[in-house]
Amino acid sequence: MQAELNMNKTLFDKIWDAHVIKQADGGLDVLYIDRHFIHEVTSPQAFDGLRKRGLGVFRPQQTVATADHNVPTKNQHLPIKEELSRFQVDKLVENCQDFGLELYGLGHPYQGIVHVIGPELGLTQPGMTMVCGDSHTSTHGAFGCIAFGIGTSQVEQVLATQCLLQRRPKRMRITVDGQLQPGVLAKDIILYIIAKLTAAGGTGYFVEYAGEAIRSLSMEGRMTICNMSIEMGARGGLIAPDETTVSYLKNRTFAPQGEAFEAAAAYWRTLYSDPGAEFDVEHHFDAADIAPMVTYGTNPGMGIKINEHIPTAAGQTASFGKSLEYMGFQAGEQLLGKAVDYVFIGSCTNSRIEDLRLVAQFVKGKQKAGHVNAWIVPGSKQVEAQAKAEGLDRIFLDAGFDFREPGCSACLGMNEDKVPEGAYCISTSNRNFEGRQGPGARTILASPLMAAASAIAGKIVDVRTLLN
Amino acid sequence: MEKFTQIRSSAIPLPIEDVDTDQIIPARFLKATTREGFGENLFRDWRYNPDGSPKAAFVLNNPQYGGQILVAGRNFGCGSSREHAAWALYDYGIRVVVSSFFADIFRGNALNNGLLPVQVEESFLHDIFLAIEADLKAVFEVNLEQQTITIIPSGAQASFPIDPFRKMCMINGYDDIDYLLSIQSDIENFEQRQKRYFTNTILP
Repeated sequence: MQAELNMNKTLFDKIWDAHVIKQADGGLDVLYIDRHFIHEVTSPQAFDGLRKRGLGVFRPQQTVATADHNVPTKNQHLPIKEELSRFQVDKLVENCQDFGLELYGLGHPYQGIVHVIGPELGLTQPGMTMVCGDSHTSTHGAFGCIAFGIGTSQVEQVLATQCLLQRRPKRMRITVDGQLQPGVLAKDIILYIIAKLTAAGGTGYFVEYAGEAIRSLSMEGRMTICNMSIEMGARGGLIAPDETTVSYLKNRTFAPQGEAFEAAAAYWRTLYSDPGAEFDVEHHFDAADIAPMVTYGTNPGMGIKINEHIPTAAGQTASFGKSLEYMGFQAGEQLLGKAVDYVFIGSCTNSRIEDLRLVAQFVKGKQKAGHVNAWIVPGSKQVEAQAKAEGLDRIFLDAGFDFREPGCSACLGMNEDKVPEGAYCISTSNRNFEGRQGPGARTILASPLMAAASAIAGKIVDVRTLLN
Repeated sequence: MEKFTQIRSSAIPLPIEDVDTDQIIPARFLKATTREGFGENLFRDWRYNPDGSPKAAFVLNNPQYGGQILVAGRNFGCGSSREHAAWALYDYGIRVVVSSFFADIFRGNALNNGLLPVQVEESFLHDIFLAIEADLKAVFEVNLEQQTITIIPSGAQASFPIDPFRKMCMINGYDDIDYLLSIQSDIENFEQRQKRYFTNTILP
């Protein structure tokens, strides 16, 4: 009977069902959380709450902390200059000490953006439930786990009970068939999908990504896709684990080792949507139709192919006009050839070693345009060390790029890394909201290759015309 | 959490779609370690010029508007999971946000903080905006028990959905954590049954 029922389950439901402790009154599920990440910005009030209630952390070994959101990306060995940031980071250290939590803080070789370090340390594993007080927790779904962002009250709940009360979301499957054109990356796939489905198109859903174009991506590419699930409103996205997943995890610090790894891998290989599994919504896209993407507006759904024009104003809402006014763009025009002032390569979307290798390969022997400020911010200390070991840092410096220390940096401008008012920044991050990269900053989201090419040209270019 | 049953109040119109949490409270104001005081920077960059002077055109700077209800365009609260967005609205004095569509994480955060998200049809949202346009002090009644919102001047009423558990929590001022703490033995039993999932994160 059990086997029969399992015949038609989605990957999402297999994992969800395995973590439901019971159903509470009103139909909410008590969901057990395997892994919990915390950082300095969304955790202090949760610890305060624990103190007020006289509670400890229920399962301290299942929570890992890092400092990433407001840390400087220069001179991390020195005390943080900005007083409030320093206070917040110090508070995290104090809270982790008081409650007995593992902290990969500033100066630790594992420190980095929470969604970069989880996977690279092997803390992220298929079949798990994972949460963090950060909406880009969806990144971890690339490994075939249920990972989603939560608010601070929920951070407190997980610290206190290792559980959350959740209503099961609806399921969506997005299948991308076929093969990508040269110069088109995972980032372009997800910007293309969000442009098609809009910034609210996934709200209420958990998304499974499938199809040949997804399957042929590296783990880094899959993380980029799942990372931006939230930008269409979906709580999370996930991809069934396969041999790419298994080989990525082998020998990672916190992955099971030896026989235990083989046993875990055997379980991971059972994690996929059954052929008869039903989704509430299905979307199909053709990889061949995807081109390098750029955003022209102030939400990630406002994206176009690089050779397309911004939509005309006809039939658009007042918010569309407000958005273009903020960006200084005209309805109906192209972005090709527009000057850029800043280039930001980093964030939990695109700061992994593969992103840095791609950028290095492209900029090697070239020079950035004189007027452009180009920042490369690695996702973690491990990515930074690997880049240096491969000599990528020299390539970046020789090309005029500023290679910095790890953190969230200019993705949200909580530290000094801000884009000035009115300046244009082509960015590999995930949000082009008004003021996201600094008050008045104008953000154009794109892939690492498009960002690198635009840094060299000093203007927005189609990277496909520059590939050998 | 404060209890919520019903309110009667005028409303503040914000007819903009896709209002993201970076607008509600920009990241650079997230550095406080308590829950209080965020209202000061609510809609900071729409509300103030870089030199700190108020932008006269923004609705919160117009003394003719006011009240505990914020009425906004669809997809309110998208983007970052920052609960600070809910804290900022609450700290400013907002108790109800009305929209035709809410982002998931914001909705949850609001409900965990006694801030009620009221989702209505696009046409009813339009009627609310019209009612405010006709009378800036137009009063609205939100009744959580009945799950209704009423435009008092016209008497037009709409019902709104809310998860029954969340409704019970709002009315009684309960937090999820009280419930979760009460089932600790269930959680421990589950952990015993499902051992294979858990490995320590800390190296021996």
